Amino acid sequence: MAEIDIRRVGKTYGKTVIMQGVDLTIRSGEFLVILGPSGCGKSSLLRMIAGLEEISSGEITIAGQAVNHLEPRERGCAMVFQNYALYPHMTVAENIGYALKVAGVAKAQRLARVTDVAQSVGLSEFLDRRPGQLSGGQRQRVAMARAIIREPKVFLFDEPLSNLDAKLRVQMRHEIRRIHNRIGATSVFVTHDQHEGMTLADRLVVMNKGTIEQIGTPEDIYERPASTYVAGFIGSPAMNLLPGRLSDDRRAVVLESGPRIDLPGPATGLNPGALVQMGFRPEKASLTAPGRGTIEARFDFVEELGAGRVYHLRIEDIPVSLHSEAKMKLAEGASIGLDLGHQNLHLFDGQTGRRVPLSVEMPQLAPTA
Amino acid sequence: MIERTPWLNLATHLILILGLVMILLPIWLTFVAASHDLQTVNTAPVEFWPGPYLLDNLRTAWVESDFGPKFVNSLIVATGVVIGKITLACITAFALVFFNFRGRMLIFWMIFITLMLPLEIRIVPTYAVAANALSPFQTLLDVTGITWAVQTLSGLQIALEWNLLNSYTGLILPLVATATGTFLYRQFFLTVPDELVEAARMDGAGPLRFLWDTLIPLSKTNIAALATIMFVYAWNQYLWPLLVVTDRAAYGVVVVQLSDLVPDNLTTGGGTPNWHIAMAATLMVMLPPIAIVIFMQRWFVRGLINTDK
Repeated sequence: MAEIDIRRVGKTYGKTVIMQGVDLTIRSGEFLVILGPSGCGKSSLLRMIAGLEEISSGEITIAGQAVNHLEPRERGCAMVFQNYALYPHMTVAENIGYALKVAGVAKAQRLARVTDVAQSVGLSEFLDRRPGQLSGGQRQRVAMARAIIREPKVFLFDEPLSNLDAKLRVQMRHEIRRIHNRIGATSVFVTHDQHEGMTLADRLVVMNKGTIEQIGTPEDIYERPASTYVAGFIGSPAMNLLPGRLSDDRRAVVLESGPRIDLPGPATGLNPGALVQMGFRPEKASLTAPGRGTIEARFDFVEELGAGRVYHLRIEDIPVSLHSEAKMKLAEGASIGLDLGHQNLHLFDGQTGRRVPLSVEMPQLAPTA
Repeated sequence: MIERTPWLNLATHLILILGLVMILLPIWLTFVAASHDLQTVNTAPVEFWPGPYLLDNLRTAWVESDFGPKFVNSLIVATGVVIGKITLACITAFALVFFNFRGRMLIFWMIFITLMLPLEIRIVPTYAVAANALSPFQTLLDVTGITWAVQTLSGLQIALEWNLLNSYTGLILPLVATATGTFLYRQFFLTVPDELVEAARMDGAGPLRFLWDTLIPLSKTNIAALATIMFVYAWNQYLWPLLVVTDRAAYGVVVVQLSDLVPDNLTTGGGTPNWHIAMAATLMVMLPPIAIVIFMQRWFVRGLINTDK
C-alpha cells in the first residue's frame, strides 16, 4: 500500500510537449482509473509511474520516496499489459514465477507461491501450458498472477481488457475489482472505455491532450462534468450541447435558433450576453407532445436498445439524442416537444468550455412545463 | 496465384525434375568417377555407372592427403566460426536494437557497409592485419609520434606484434567479422514486442538477464539457421586458408588439401590425371556440410521463414 504523488510532471519528446504540469495524488489503497481517448497521454502517465518512461520535469513519489531515478524493479510496482506480454517460451508456472526467480527466491518456496497465486486466479490446471495454448482470458489471468505474486505496493493496469470480447471483459472487470479488494494495493487503471472507468473507479481522472480535465468520483464526473470535453466523453450517448448566449438577467440561455431556456439558477460567473453552451443528458430529458415541452425538435431516426431507445432529433440543425423507454412511432421530420428537465441543465463557458456553476436558489420544485 | 490444372502440374513437375537433375548429375558423376580405376576414369566416353573401386579410392585419397588432421582442422575452424559468429551477431544486434546510445545509427551503417566488403575484396589488407594484428595500433602510434617520443625519452622502441598466420585464430577471426548474422538477428529482435521488454524490466530482469532468459530461447531457430549457413560457409573457405596457412601439416584444412588432388598443369605438372582419387576425396569433403544441413533442416527452415514466435 502506498500513496503516489505526482507533482507538476511534464513530458517532452524533442520539442513536442505531450504532457504538461500534471498534478495528481493517488491515495493509498485507492482504485484510480485514468480515462481518455488514445493519444491523450494516459498510458504515458502510467508508464512514468512504472518507470518505463522517463519524465522530463516534475517529480513522482511512491510512499513518500522520490522515484524519478529508480529502476522499475525498485519502485515496487507491478504492471499488467494490454497484450499480456507473457514470455512465450515459458510455461504458465515459469511466467508467474519469473520475477521471484530473478529476485533469487529458492525454488521450493517459489513453487509454493506460484501454486498459491495460480489457485487464487483459477489457473491451477494450466501451470504446465505455454501462453500460446491459452485463451485470451486465461492469458490475462496469467498476466495478473504474474503481477500479484510480487505483492506490489502499486498495481498498474494498461488497458488490460481491451483485447477481450465483451462478455469476458465484464467478467474480468469484476475479477480485477475483487483482486483489488483482497490485496488492497493502490491500483491505477488506464482505459479508454468509459464503462470500465465508471464501474471500476473509486476516483476517475479524465485526461485530454496531456492535461487532466477533471478528477472526481464517477458520480461527480457524471453529474458535474468540469468541461464540455468531459461532458461529451462520459455518458452514452454523450451529453447534448446547444450553443447560445446568456440572457440579460443571467437566468436563461437564449439559443442561437431563438428559444429561451430557463436555467435552474443564475449564472453569476458570466457577463450577460456571454457565449455559452447549454448541456443536457439524453437520459434526463423526455419527449412530450409537440408544443408542450421546453423546446421543439424534429425527429430524425431511432435506435432500438432493447431496454430503451435512443431517439435522434434535431433542434434546428443541431443533432441531439434522447434516451427514453417510451415507444413512439414518428415520421421523419415530424415535430415533437422536448422536456429538458429544468434541474438537469448544465452550463459551460462558450469560450473556455469550462463548467459555469449555477447558484441554485432555494427549492423551486415547480414542474417545468 | 495458385492454380491447379493437369497441364500446369505437369509443367511444374518437369521444371522441378530438370532442376533436380541439374543439381544431382554432377554429384552422381563424382560418385561414379570415385568408384573406378585410373584407366576407366580417363577413357572416353564418360562412364555412367559405378565401378568396384570406391572403397580403395577412398582409402588412397584419405591416406595420400593426410585427411585425418585436416578434417579435425576444418571442424575446429568451422565450429569456431559458427560459435564466434553467433555470439558476435547476437550481442551486436542486441546492442543495436535494445539500447539507445549516441552513434547507434553510425555503428549500424558501418556494420552494414561490411556487407559490401566481403573477405575476397579486402583480402590483402586483411592479410596484412593477420600478419600482425596489432599493426593498425602501431601505425597509429607511429603517425601520432608517440613511438618517436617514447624512444627519445626512454630509449625503448615500441614494436607491437601479434602474428595470426598459421593459427586457428588467424583462420577463424576474419571469417567471423562479417555483418550477415548481425542482420538476421537484428530483424528478429525487431519483431520482439516492446511490451515483452517492459514486462522483463518490471519483473526486475536486467538487460543481460533478458538476453539470456528471453531473447536467446526465443531465437533458437535463428541460431540454428545461422549455425548451418555459417558452418557451410566456413567449411567451404578456400582462398583465406590458402593464404594464411603456410604450415599445411599443422593447420591445413580439407578444402585446400583437396585442391592438391585435382590434376591440373600446376599440381601434377602433366603427371597422372588421378581423377578417381580426387573425386573420392571430394565425396568425403562434401559429407560434413551435407550432414549438418540435413540434421538442422527442420530448424533451419523455420528460422529463415520466422513465422512461429
